[in-house]
Amino acid sequence: MELNGGSVVAMVGKNCVAIASDLRLGNQALTIATNFEKTFPITDRIIIGLPGLATDVITLKERFRYRVNMYTIKEGREIEPETFAHLVSSTLYERRFGPFFVEPVIAGLTKPSEGSVPFIAGTDLIGCLTLPKDFVVSGTASDKLFGMAESLWEPDLGPEELFETISQTLMNAVDRDAFSGWGAVVHVITPDKVITRTLKGRMD
Amino acid sequence: MADVYNKAGFDFSNHVRNSFLQSKGVPFPKATSTGTTIVGCLFKDGIVLGADTRATEGPIVADKNCEKIHYITDNIRCCGAGTAADTEFTTALISSNMELHALNSGRKPRVVTAMTMLKQYLFRHQGAIGAALVLGGVDSTGAHLFTVAPHGSTDKLPYVTMGSGSLAAMAVFESQWRKDLDRESAINLVSAAISAGIFNDLGSGSNVDVCVITAEGTTMLRNHVTPNERGAKEKRYKFRLGTTAWTKESVRKFVVDESVTQISVPAGGEAMDIS
Amino acid sequence: MSPISQPTSVAFNPYAENGGTILAIAGLDFAVVAGDTRQSEGYSIQTRYAPKVFRLTDKATLAVNGFAADGNIFVKTVKQRLEWYRHAHAKDMPLRAIARLIQTMLYAKRFFPYYVYNILGGIEEDGSGAVYSFDPVGSYEREACRAAGAASSLIQPFLDNQIYFKNQVAVSGTSHPKHLPILDVLSLVTDSFTSATERHIEVGDGLEIYVIVASGRSLTELSSIAGIEEVTGSASATDRVFVIRRELKKD
Repeated sequence: MELNGGSVVAMVGKNCVAIASDLRLGNQALTIATNFEKTFPITDRIIIGLPGLATDVITLKERFRYRVNMYTIKEGREIEPETFAHLVSSTLYERRFGPFFVEPVIAGLTKPSEGSVPFIAGTDLIGCLTLPKDFVVSGTASDKLFGMAESLWEPDLGPEELFETISQTLMNAVDRDAFSGWGAVVHVITPDKVITRTLKGRMD
Repeated sequence: MADVYNKAGFDFSNHVRNSFLQSKGVPFPKATSTGTTIVGCLFKDGIVLGADTRATEGPIVADKNCEKIHYITDNIRCCGAGTAADTEFTTALISSNMELHALNSGRKPRVVTAMTMLKQYLFRHQGAIGAALVLGGVDSTGAHLFTVAPHGSTDKLPYVTMGSGSLAAMAVFESQWRKDLDRESAINLVSAAISAGIFNDLGSGSNVDVCVITAEGTTMLRNHVTPNERGAKEKRYKFRLGTTAWTKESVRKFVVDESVTQISVPAGGEAMDIS
Repeated sequence: MSPISQPTSVAFNPYAENGGTILAIAGLDFAVVAGDTRQSEGYSIQTRYAPKVFRLTDKATLAVNGFAADGNIFVKTVKQRLEWYRHAHAKDMPLRAIARLIQTMLYAKRFFPYYVYNILGGIEEDGSGAVYSFDPVGSYEREACRAAGAASSLIQPFLDNQIYFKNQVAVSGTSHPKHLPILDVLSLVTDSFTSATERHIEVGDGLEIYVIVASGRSLTELSSIAGIEEVTGSASATDRVFVIRRELKKD
C-alpha cells in the first residue's frame, strides 16, 4: 500500500453515486507520476477504484475487464454492481495465501429497470466484502478519509452536492497523507450521465 | 493469466513476490478482522445464536453493521470471528457442500456433518485460515451447539462464546444460564451476553444480531437490539455549490439528444445528381 | 545448538498506549480544549472516566494524551512548577511561559521521554486565544487548532477543512473568516468527537470541553449551553474557565 500510495473514496447520494481517487503514483516517498488514475469503468454504470500496489492495480484492472467480458458473453447481459462486487471478492479470495495488494472500492447504479439504485462496496485485500449504505474508503489515507467522510457525509445529497462533499472529503484527507494527493479525479454516476471532473488540488 | 476454467482451490502464484516485497520492508495491508463477540446457547426448544456487528481494521471500524451470522442450511447457522474474509468464504463453501450433501443423501442435513466438514477443512489448512466459529442447529438428532477453532478443534457445550469479547460474554452465561430456558429468556440472555461484549470489549460494537433455531424453523432477528445509534450532528456540512475548484470536466451522457431538421424539398422532387 | 549459550535479554517495556484523543481550537478571545474520557489498553477499557484535560491556571488548560501514567505525572509536575512560580512572583505564569516551561520539562527527558502528546490552550497576555501543541520531546508550535492522540488522523483533516477552510473556494469578493464564533467552534468540537467515536474503537464514553474566555468578553453565548459549569480558580481572576461535559457512545 505505502509502496506506491494512493486513496479512493465512494459515496452514496440521492439517485446517484460518486467515486473519487487521487492521482499520485510514488515509489515510497518519491513521487513518480501525478496522472495515475485509480478508477476504472467496468460498465456504463459501474466504476471500480483500485488503490494499492500499482502493478496489481493494472493486473487486476485487466483481469476484471477480461472476467466481465466473459460474463457478458456467457450471460448475454451487462453485469450488475452487486454481482460484480462478488466477482471482485472471489477473484481476491482465490489468492488468499498470496494476495494482490489492493483494497478495491466499487460504485455503481443498478439497471434502470430496477430503479437505478445506488450501490457501493469495498473489500479488503483478500476479498472480504463490506456493503455500507453511506460511504467506503480505502488506500493509504483511509483513516483520514474515515474521519472526513463520517463528519461531512449526510443522506440524500443530489449529484452536485455529492460532488462537493466527496471532493472535500478526498482533498482534505489526502492533504494530510504523504502517500496520496497530487490532484484528484471525481466521477458522479447518475441514471442519465456520468460527470467526471479533475480537481485542482495541492501539488506537494 | 487467468484461464477460462480456473482450477479449484487457492492460487499461490503471488506468494514468492509477496515474500520478497515483505523482506524489502514493504508493509502488508491488514485484512479486515471481526474483533467480535459471538455466542450461542441451548434452550428448551433449540438454539439461540448471537453476534455483534462491528468489523475492524486495526483500531479503525471498517463496518458498523456487518452480518456475522452466516447461513449454512435452513436449520443450521454459523457465527464467525477472526479474519472476516475467511469466515465469509469458509461458511459459504461449507454451506454449498452441505446443500450438495443434502441433495445427494435426500435427508435433512445434520449439524455434526457441517461441524465435521468445517473442522476437516480448517485442520487441513493448519490454522492458516483464521476462522473461529460458533455452529448451531437443530436436526433429526436434536439441537446441537459447537465451537470450531481455527486449527480445527471443536467443542460441544450447552453455551459457548468466541472472539475478543468471549470473556465478557461468557461471564454473563456463567452467571445466568440455566437448563431449559424458554425462548424469550434465551433471546434476552444472548442479547445480554452480546451487549457485554459490545460495551466492554473494544473489538466489538454496534448492534446485536440474534438467530433462533428450533425444530419448527429458523428466525433471524437482524439488529434485534440497536443500542448504539449515532445521534444528530450539531452542524450540517453541506457545501455551497462551487466550493471545490476543478480544472477539467467531461460528461458522458446515456441519453442521446436527437434533433430533426426538416429540409424543404422543391415541388416535383429534386433532380438526380449525375455529376 | 552451539555449546556456548547466547546471552538472552528479558525485554521490559515501560510504556503503554492508552488510547483516547484530544483537541484544541483557538478563537479570537477564547480557547477551547477538549478530550474524551475513555482510557484503554489493548481491547479493554480501563476506565470510562479518566480526564485528559486539566485546568492549570485561570488562563491555561493542558490536555495530555498517550501513556496515561506519564501524562498524570507530567501534569502533576507542571502544576507544581506553576505553584512555585506563583509563590515566587505572586502572579500566574503567562501562557507563552508555560509553553516554554513544558518544552524544557519534556526535553529534559529526551532519552527517556514522557510518552505523551501535549496541547496547551488558553489566553495570552495580549488577551488573544492561543493553542500550543507539543511532541513528546518538547518541539512546539503556536497554532489555531490541533488534534492529537489515537484519532488525530481522523479529526485533523476535518479541522483543516472547517477551521482553516482548506480546499474551499470563497464566494467571489469575500474571504474566509479568520476566527469562528464560539458556538460554531463548540459544535465542531462535539461533531469531531462523535465522528471519531463512530470510527475509532479507542474513542468514546465521555467528552470534556474546557472553554477559556478572555477578560472583557461577553459570556451571554456561553450561558445558553446546557450543563456548562464554571471552574475558574480564584475569585479575582479576570480570564475565566468553563467546562462542558457530554456523553459519547460507550461501545
